[in-house]
Amino acid sequence: MFTVFSRIINYGLNGFWRNGWPSAATVAMMVLSLIVSMGLILFNVFTSSAVDSIQDKIDIAVYFKTSTPEDEILRVKQSLESFPEVKEVEYISSAQALEIFRERHKDDVTIRQAVDELNSNPLQAALNIKAHRADQYEKIDEYLKNTSISQSFAGTTYFRNKDVINRLITIITNVNRGGFVLTLMLALLAGLVVLNTVRLAIYSNREEIFVMRSVGASNALVRGPYVVEGVVSGILAVVLSVLISAPMVYIANPFFKVLIPELDLFRYFYTHIILLIGYQLIFGVVIGGLSSFIAVRRYLKN
Amino acid sequence: MIAFQNVYKQYGKMSVLEDVNLRINPGEFVSLVGRSGAGKSTLIKLLIGEEKPTRGRVFFGQYEVNKLRDKELPTLRRHIGIVFQDFRLLPNKTAYENVAFALEVAGRLQGEINELVPQVLDMVGLGDRGKNFPHELSGGEKQRVAIARSMVHRPEVIIADEPTGNLDPIHTWEIIALLQKINQLGTTLILATHDKDVVNSLDKRVVTLDQGRVIRDEEKGKYILV
Repeated sequence: MFTVFSRIINYGLNGFWRNGWPSAATVAMMVLSLIVSMGLILFNVFTSSAVDSIQDKIDIAVYFKTSTPEDEILRVKQSLESFPEVKEVEYISSAQALEIFRERHKDDVTIRQAVDELNSNPLQAALNIKAHRADQYEKIDEYLKNTSISQSFAGTTYFRNKDVINRLITIITNVNRGGFVLTLMLALLAGLVVLNTVRLAIYSNREEIFVMRSVGASNALVRGPYVVEGVVSGILAVVLSVLISAPMVYIANPFFKVLIPELDLFRYFYTHIILLIGYQLIFGVVIGGLSSFIAVRRYLKN
Repeated sequence: MIAFQNVYKQYGKMSVLEDVNLRINPGEFVSLVGRSGAGKSTLIKLLIGEEKPTRGRVFFGQYEVNKLRDKELPTLRRHIGIVFQDFRLLPNKTAYENVAFALEVAGRLQGEINELVPQVLDMVGLGDRGKNFPHELSGGEKQRVAIARSMVHRPEVIIADEPTGNLDPIHTWEIIALLQKINQLGTTLILATHDKDVVNSLDKRVVTLDQGRVIRDEEKGKYILV
């Protein structure tokens, strides 16, 4: 068993190096496919960063009547914080709200004088609530409506922002769906290109397969070396695709940064390099090995 | 012992073999002759299990070839050595590796391979060409490598399908002499050929096929086509 296995590995490695151009062509096609798959992974990182960035800009605020005691507001804050959907709750007291208001309008003399003339603070305390995802605001709003102290609310911004939030939810859903379909289609296309290349390479070796079978080689011994060749092509293609992708990502990074300033695609690339190589290896090795396995099958009858 | 019993082979409506009955005993040297399309190659394909008969039975020693499943065919083929007209050497392997391959597929140990391959290469006169790839060899040398590969695992039968078809006269006679030598060592030899001179010089059994039928089967026969 070990002898057969070691011979399969040996034939596969020898075949890979001695095949020359067909092997190089297979590796080249695999490199292209792997660069596409790397591009898809990075595209998904880009779209999810874009979605996160937009989602981060959304929040809803609940304003409390001025008569509402602060400890009651803090209790609502606490209960909201226990929600899994809630990412962050910020309490803005009426004094802080006034401070912010003053700061915002410090250059507007009329507004500043009007505020100074007031005897009391007219601004209401508020809770600014951020959810993890845009589609979670409706649930939070529902809770706020049904809570026992809802009569203390002066109002929420959810109703006002509902249309915008819903539109964003639709956009996010479509981007995610589109990204998934695109990923699936391109991955399938990349897989088919590799399969076809391997099929052509094995087609050119059909005489060799016939000879192997005519001298009594078992199916495993005929198929095994080609699968090994496919796997070796996959591994080599992964190394090359990572070496080619790195400078490409480095060059493209500033352009992505213009669109999403908080996204550093190159940083993502090198901090996730092991994971990316892992994905590439799975794709390259599986597609290389499987393509060879499938391509040889038709020559193993009789 | 090889036997074809009432063997028919059809491809669609075209009949290639019709009621072939043939028996070849161990150690015989049999020339299969006939025009192109007479059924010689089909008979060989049936014997190595590459094709199945439409009707009838094919026996090779203990095996009823027509009943063997695909996964059992490699075992059968390890008892047979095949020499093709176009040599069919593995292009990415050296002469040594091509010969060794027949032993490797049979699961022979490396020590045994290292001992047998040089012996057989010496026997076919290629002791010094083991490291050469097929494209570095002449036609005659390629055919000698193919013969070495076919005999290295000591098969009971060697089938040579037009082995001299691509060779010049000098190499033809070298190959024929080699095949006779192998036969004298006890291996059954089936030679499918068009070469009248070769068949007539052998003075061995000749089976003549015509339109899928055995029309003549003579001990010490001659190449006679109607």
